[in-house]
Amino acid sequence: MSLTSLVLSVLMIGAVYFFMGQRLITRYRSLGKAKAHSLPHYHGLWAALTSILPGLILLVIWSIGDDFLFKQMVKDFYPTEILSKGTMDQAVVRAKIMNVVEGIAFGTPEPWIQAAGEAWIGWKSTSDLALTVLVIAVSVGSGFYGYRQINPEFRSRNNVERILLWALALSSMVAILTTIGIVLSVLFESIRFFKLVPPQDFLLGLEWNPQFEGAERAGSGGGTATYGMLPMFVGTFLISAIALFVAVPVGLFASIYLAEYATTRVRAVVKPLLEILAGVPTVVYGFFAALTVAPFVKSVGESMGLEVASESALAAGLVMGVMIIPFISSLSDDVINAVPQALRDAAYGLGSTKSETVRQVVLPAALPGIVAAVILAVSRAIGETMIVVMAAGLAANLSFNPLDAVTTVTSQIVTILVGDQEFESAKTLSAFALALILIMITLSLNFLALQVVKKYREQYD
Amino acid sequence: MSNEQLINTKQKMEDRLIPDHTVGNIYVENARMSARKVNVYYSDKQALDDVSLDIGSSQVIAFIGPSGCGKSTLLRCFNRMNDTIDGCRIEGEIKIDKDDVHDPAIDVVSLRARVGMVFQKPNPFPKSIYDNIAYGPRIHGLAATKVDLDNIVQYALHRAGLWAEVKDRLDKPGTGLSGGQQQRLCIARAIAVSPEVILMDEPCSALDPIATAKIEELIHELREQYTIVIVTHSMQQAARVSDRTAYFHLGKLVEVGETTQVFTNPQHELTQDYITGRFG
Amino acid sequence: MTDTPKGALSPKEAAKCVAGSIAARNRSESWFQFWGRSAIALALAFLILLFVGILSQGIPGMFQHYVILEVELHKDRLDPQGNMSEDSLYAGDAGGLVNEAIMRALDDPQGRKQKRAARSIMSSGSALRLNHFLKDNLDLIGQTVTVKFAVDDDIDSFLRGFITRETPDADRRINNAVIGFVDKLSADGRISYEFSDYLFTGSASRNAEIAGIKGALVGSIWTLLVCILIAFPLGVGTAIYLEEIAPKNRFTEIIEININNLAAVPSVVFGIMGLAIFIVFFGLPRSIPLVGGIVLALMTLPTIIISSRAAIRAVPPSIRDAALGVGASRMQTIFHHVIPLAMPGILTGTIIGMAQALGETAPLLMIGMVAFIVDVPSGMLEPATALPVQIFMWADFAERMFIQKTSAAIIVLLAFLITMNAGAIILRKKLERRW
Repeated sequence: MSLTSLVLSVLMIGAVYFFMGQRLITRYRSLGKAKAHSLPHYHGLWAALTSILPGLILLVIWSIGDDFLFKQMVKDFYPTEILSKGTMDQAVVRAKIMNVVEGIAFGTPEPWIQAAGEAWIGWKSTSDLALTVLVIAVSVGSGFYGYRQINPEFRSRNNVERILLWALALSSMVAILTTIGIVLSVLFESIRFFKLVPPQDFLLGLEWNPQFEGAERAGSGGGTATYGMLPMFVGTFLISAIALFVAVPVGLFASIYLAEYATTRVRAVVKPLLEILAGVPTVVYGFFAALTVAPFVKSVGESMGLEVASESALAAGLVMGVMIIPFISSLSDDVINAVPQALRDAAYGLGSTKSETVRQVVLPAALPGIVAAVILAVSRAIGETMIVVMAAGLAANLSFNPLDAVTTVTSQIVTILVGDQEFESAKTLSAFALALILIMITLSLNFLALQVVKKYREQYD
Repeated sequence: MSNEQLINTKQKMEDRLIPDHTVGNIYVENARMSARKVNVYYSDKQALDDVSLDIGSSQVIAFIGPSGCGKSTLLRCFNRMNDTIDGCRIEGEIKIDKDDVHDPAIDVVSLRARVGMVFQKPNPFPKSIYDNIAYGPRIHGLAATKVDLDNIVQYALHRAGLWAEVKDRLDKPGTGLSGGQQQRLCIARAIAVSPEVILMDEPCSALDPIATAKIEELIHELREQYTIVIVTHSMQQAARVSDRTAYFHLGKLVEVGETTQVFTNPQHELTQDYITGRFG
Repeated sequence: MTDTPKGALSPKEAAKCVAGSIAARNRSESWFQFWGRSAIALALAFLILLFVGILSQGIPGMFQHYVILEVELHKDRLDPQGNMSEDSLYAGDAGGLVNEAIMRALDDPQGRKQKRAARSIMSSGSALRLNHFLKDNLDLIGQTVTVKFAVDDDIDSFLRGFITRETPDADRRINNAVIGFVDKLSADGRISYEFSDYLFTGSASRNAEIAGIKGALVGSIWTLLVCILIAFPLGVGTAIYLEEIAPKNRFTEIIEININNLAAVPSVVFGIMGLAIFIVFFGLPRSIPLVGGIVLALMTLPTIIISSRAAIRAVPPSIRDAALGVGASRMQTIFHHVIPLAMPGILTGTIIGMAQALGETAPLLMIGMVAFIVDVPSGMLEPATALPVQIFMWADFAERMFIQKTSAAIIVLLAFLITMNAGAIILRKKLERRW
């Protein structure tokens, strides 16, 4: 039975138990026996849950598990030379076997592959049959057990609510699981990468040439692949710096004006408009940057006699800056508004002009929050992907010149992983190492921002 | 008080004739500041109704009255702090030394340098004690050199009676002081710009009795040099501290006169009721 | 008046100082306001520039040129097997009939070059269009009918003026012969400029004139569906647990720190995790909305959790006290009282989270939803692409018509986003309670 129909069957069994359970308890009540502890629908739910939950859990574990089991069992079919080859080659073999399993005819597979595929098909059908039978049996059986427990004294509601509590607690584990997942996946592959490329070459190397890797393995002597990440690091830094150069003054001054000077009507119109800038998807910004801004920058630069790449860091940085403006302006707006009015009153009472009050009283008081906002903006800029992929180049150029084409850490990650992937090659694994660096930097920046706010809050409160 | 008397009092408050003229001496000679026929509206609500009053030089005048009677509103008219409130409309004439404070030729900045303010809750800047005091002189350019600035700071702290306590920690944050010290810091801050008038809006309401006593003593010392207007909820404080007292009720100035006279022999029935505690 | 004590100015001196400083200070005040206004003006200018740019390209992108031809619907040639099956139509010669139609319209040009020029006017999707037309109009078989075909994108660019006559023949993408034919067709009134029906009904194609976003739209819908089915229960469940149930201990703190960290992780990293875990480790197929939805759900989870927590926290404790007071259990209090009251805030946060997820591209690139998908996905396990990814892919194509269609696709995407965000704001305003 297909997975969907099996799930539906389990749910239906649960529904049957629900109605049965409800009816049972109602019958107790109508027989004049003691008043039930819980409302009928709780009893029904109890019966339903006792049947559904074990069944579904078994189903999930089995369907994930059987594939793993088969992967091991199919190795019996491998000739000895395949067994000794690397996991990548094994993956290729497995793909061929899966083609047989799924009935996709790609030429004539070797006889042992054909045999392995057919064996797999056999295992799968046995496993599917066993799964269907077991799951239904478990559902019916455990549901029956739950049903048997129903009587007026039985505290169904408490049990059902306890199950609910566990469900809620488990859902909050997802956040932790996700973090673990991210850390493990990135760390694992990065470690494999560092076995192929020494960390110091990676962290301090000045040249990034992974494309030679294929040639290297084929032995055509086209050049050695180098994996120095500094060019990307510098590229990220350069573009982010340009972005902040645009976003911080504009965002900060805009938020100051809106918070201190603008009338409520102006604020009501301008603030949402600025928020629109935050809502535009980054792919749209990237398109705009590549289509309009980059050629514009190029033509302006060339009219001034400068040499400008067609995918300059300046273009990407400018557009990224525009994207970050609402980030800074809305965070700054919050901190500026949080400064107590009493401080402003004190300053006005002494005869300050508005700008003096803002510059000498409000901003210094809001400074920790503003600094934190800028740090968060840096973190955002560093992690940005689409704008740089579309508007900045792919040339791993180590340059501090905004008119050159540079590439960033995120853009390289995308380039590497969107192409063909071989999880054995240093090239693919290098993407994970880059991701590791990226995560470490963004998380440290976030931590820093939090610390800034915490430390200065103590001092000034 | 019996139920009857309570109801009686309430009725008196509501439909009692609030006088259309103020009882007592509105005018003084050589008034430092004056208000004539002042009406103040917050959006549609009227907070002050046709108030006229003189503020005498080198004197302390107390504004008393129940909550919402308009005393703080009038206080804030004198240094145009009501300008910072959206929807506030002021009619009438307010003068300082014969200059109309609303005259466009007078910048509100210079007005506020002449008329200082101390607020209900102490509000020192989150800066050092020194910088708190120095803020005013700095923005107005009152000190040509650092030495001048130091002198001004020292003078202000002396006059506020705070010097001995803070002279060794001028660079520490002003927010680190106790409540009473913070308020004296705010007074020193106001003094540092050499005002002629100091407005105080319930300066002791957030302080304990000892700190209150110190501030009242300070007011006593300052009265010779400055004109002081103090809004207070406490009649006892008004009696202790002021030379003149003005009683407000529901936006109108009911009675004004020498403090001793207002408290021992009030002319108006409403004043008497308030003072004797019939209502608060 | 007493002497001014040493150290302070007399009020008169002070007043004079102040008066002297005022002019400069007011000037600096004006400058300050000027910079503030300029910043706002600059930001708004960027916004306007962005939208004008997109609209100016995108609106023409929603239209394209068509050529109207009379086509003879020969039964035997269109449907050789006689059963109107897919195989039969595939084997049929719709292309030939289209060619004949255009030749007729151009008064039967002679010579290979001329014939080739004539054929190049038609879009490569014309044969397919004819077959679709036939399927919708079976009763017309055997007759001669009038059908609108898209012109090839080069011709379309010429008609829009991007390819000009002035350019020398050798440098132009279309030669003089073709231009001559197009002129004739225009003179005969056969060229029309209309709303592009390919944009919304077509799928990915390398040919600009028949490219459309239907596949991508459906893919996005499937992906978002999976995303919300996963993220909403998990997110709200977590928020409930953290706000109402969890004790304030170290473990809860760890969960909260985790959530805040996840909110700060770049979106591309979620894609990497999805790739390494769901595709490589668990062996799920690439490019399917299920995986895309899971990845986007994990990404949106922090947003939903944080906004739901705020909404739950905003419900006053008195409500909970009242419910507990009449004997409701903790779960009943939460689900019968607190959640319904917090629902507006929760929904607002969810809609905003979904809007963010709709616009995300990088994670979907990582899990492979970037393949060239021509068919419309019929389920969450079919290979698919998403609208922002489609935009990303089209952005690489340099043909002018693609630029316009990409901009049109962007307009569609932005329209969805604006609707969702506006919906969230309206929902919040309508259902907001002031406690």
